[in-house]
Amino acid sequence: MNLKLRVWRQKNPSDKGRVMEYEAKNISPNMSFLEMLDVVNEGLTQKNEEPIAFDHDCREGICGTCSLMINGIAHGPERGTAACQLHMRHFKDGDTITIEPWRAKAFPVIKDLVVDRSAFDRIIQAGGFVSVNTGSAPDANTLLVAKDKAELAMDAAACIGCGACVASCKNASAMLFVAAKVSHLSLLPQGALEKEKRVKNMVAQMDKEGFGGCTNQYECQAVCPKEINVAFIAKMNREYLTAKT
Amino acid sequence: MAEKWDKHRFEMRLVNPSNKRKFEVIVVGTGLAGASAAASLAELGYQVKVFCFQDSPRRAHSISAQGGINAAKNYPNDGDGVWRLFYDTIKGGDFRSREANVYRLAQVSNFIIDQCVAQGVPFAREYGGYLTNRSFGGAQVSRTFYARGQTGQQVLLGAYQALCRQIAGGNIKMYSRTEMLDLVLVNGHAKGIVVRDLVTGKISSHAADAVVLATGGYANVFYLSTNAIGCNVTATYRAYKKGALFANPCFTQIHPTCIPVTGDHQSKLTLMSESLRNDGRIWVPKKKEDRRAPAEIPENERDYFLERKYPSFGNLAPRDIASRSVKEVCDEGRGVGPSTGLRAGESGRGVYLDFSEAIQRLGAAALRERYGNLFDMYGKITGENPYKAPMRIYPAAHYTMGGLWVDYNLMSNIPGLHVIGEANFSDHGANRLGASALMQGLADGYFILPYTLSHYFAATAKSKPGADSPEFKKAEVDAAERVKRLLSIKGKRTVTSFHKELGDLVWEHCGMARNAAGLKKALERIPALREEFWKNVNVLGENEALNPALERAGRVADFMEFAELLCQDALHREESCGGHFREEYHTPDGEAQRNDEKFSYVAAWEFQGDGKSPALHKEPLTFENVQLAQRSYK
Repeated sequence: MNLKLRVWRQKNPSDKGRVMEYEAKNISPNMSFLEMLDVVNEGLTQKNEEPIAFDHDCREGICGTCSLMINGIAHGPERGTAACQLHMRHFKDGDTITIEPWRAKAFPVIKDLVVDRSAFDRIIQAGGFVSVNTGSAPDANTLLVAKDKAELAMDAAACIGCGACVASCKNASAMLFVAAKVSHLSLLPQGALEKEKRVKNMVAQMDKEGFGGCTNQYECQAVCPKEINVAFIAKMNREYLTAKT
Repeated sequence: MAEKWDKHRFEMRLVNPSNKRKFEVIVVGTGLAGASAAASLAELGYQVKVFCFQDSPRRAHSISAQGGINAAKNYPNDGDGVWRLFYDTIKGGDFRSREANVYRLAQVSNFIIDQCVAQGVPFAREYGGYLTNRSFGGAQVSRTFYARGQTGQQVLLGAYQALCRQIAGGNIKMYSRTEMLDLVLVNGHAKGIVVRDLVTGKISSHAADAVVLATGGYANVFYLSTNAIGCNVTATYRAYKKGALFANPCFTQIHPTCIPVTGDHQSKLTLMSESLRNDGRIWVPKKKEDRRAPAEIPENERDYFLERKYPSFGNLAPRDIASRSVKEVCDEGRGVGPSTGLRAGESGRGVYLDFSEAIQRLGAAALRERYGNLFDMYGKITGENPYKAPMRIYPAAHYTMGGLWVDYNLMSNIPGLHVIGEANFSDHGANRLGASALMQGLADGYFILPYTLSHYFAATAKSKPGADSPEFKKAEVDAAERVKRLLSIKGKRTVTSFHKELGDLVWEHCGMARNAAGLKKALERIPALREEFWKNVNVLGENEALNPALERAGRVADFMEFAELLCQDALHREESCGGHFREEYHTPDGEAQRNDEKFSYVAAWEFQGDGKSPALHKEPLTFENVQLAQRSYK
């Protein structure tokens, strides 16, 4: 199939940026969205035009590196799917596709479609861990975890830290990301001891980074490639409000 | 052997707590090995600088590991123990690894599970709250711990969170989007690295008391592999060019269960976890060129070839053996799936991985709980529903057992240069068993390197040169010149086209099956391709900004040199063992035929200069505790 692409090009953080149009020709429905971009980039290089910069790595939906706004939807039209796992069979010949970077104050554009998401790392550094040193752990089976709790913790822990939740939110809120980590750890006995301090510190860092608040639109859940449930945001709010420190 | 590690730990020297903060360590790579090592070293009190080329340390490729992590806990009471895990690993590696290293790995495996659980890794559990296990290839016990099909992600996040805690505590300085371009030696010791900031293009030096490489494997030399696009050999290859020995490069692992190639656009291959072989049955039609839909092929016209050939291990035969069997049935013309007519020897190739019996026995819901995300991933990529029709799978390059040579302390022959995880060669011999990569990465990082690195510091006179010393300045100039050269060629071909051509060449002649004639041909063609690369590659853009094409060009340039070393090692090893299958050496029934008399050694190659053949050093492998035998899984 043949497609028309409208792609955000921006040379560097201080460049104003603009939308450029490109043709994507002879695209196979079996290609992933990123492989389609590879084809376009090969063509650009052959014409001595600089290829489109976009972030990607594992290309199997788990590393969380890819970050494309496709026709206004973070990661594109398929539910529960990262852009790297989106295949071209979901588009049709003649389609025009608009591709933009994540847009949020806390995610400044580095170049073209690549943004700086280091704010997420700083939020985890603020408390998204269990304070245990190597070597001090007791035998794993001395710590029992009810199966339903372990499964729920895993649902939250499945977050890949891609930032689609932020990109899709009109407030650029990172609540789903933060709630996923807060919930993953507080649901388990290992993480419960520090849960009050953790939620306070992580939320404070989130605010400091310039992410907005949640106004319950649930766009984040709709685009999350791991379909993390917004109920975790409610859980985090509750933990935050009841935390004593 | 059983006491060796305990005894060694006692004999190693220590650094007293107040002196630890005077030592600085550089860790390159933030996968399981790098993140766990960095966190553990920082907890001890060392000053640690950590580098990764990804935008965040949480994204290293360990994250893609699906099925699980092994340990000798024996929770299922099925007869497991340290000795059995040790034996399975030695045998699985086709007797080409060191006994003492592997035994130590089995010994510390149990602590890893304890550590992960304490960090909050949500491993699968039974209703009573206890941890549960499943089985993996090459073992007859269930010793694999797992978190759905995302075990790598969960244990990596555990290590990443430990790393983050140390960053917050000021003990680790983290450099993301920063790529190592060279290793720097001062007076023969590894004392630092030269890096390029991938956002600004700035090249700079970092000095330390020791350097740890945790930079993963080189499976992307094949172009198509299950590795992430960014995985590369640059760090380890640069160290090799500075004198570190590269051991057993020809020991590469081809994983049997990956989603088949669909066309020329393919940029990577996706693994379907080995754990699927617990419930999935592998088969092809008995007849050649049987084009009927799988459901129309009656039971008696199917060949469950792994169950037929290896009745006691069945579908859980080790990876190398399963991969070769899949190739064999496809070579016979019994492969299934559409023909793409693309890559040599790979057109329309696949076998069925069929869950219909398990769905009947356990119900679709039970399978969804065990493998839900894998089934979803398969559905997304192929557009087919694996709950309804069998998956189609084919082997793909996945992991590399070879790597930089290290001693029992995980130190290379360059004093101070330590190498951990997939980047070293140490524990898997000629073939790695499933769920053992996570185990080894974390064993090295959490429980081995923190002791052995302390010993290096205590036993060596302290000297940390400044990052402005001449050795660093020279390495910086070399790195900058190389970047400049890549940008100035302005030829006619893209980096990807060169990488693809190299990958096709290496896959064809040094992939699942190798022979002397093919390897010689590859060794002729690689230098010519490399020459063309340096004359005709087109890298656009500039150095002073984010430039993914430039990053890739540097990595492919190193693969161009490394591929030659890989083929050379494969040519010299005139035997078949594990993942290294030389067509000239097989038993009458087609199994790998080792030659213990001549090749029971680690082949460690030393760089002699560009355009010169590397020198071979042999480390003999002696087996005092296990009997060398032909591997049998029948």
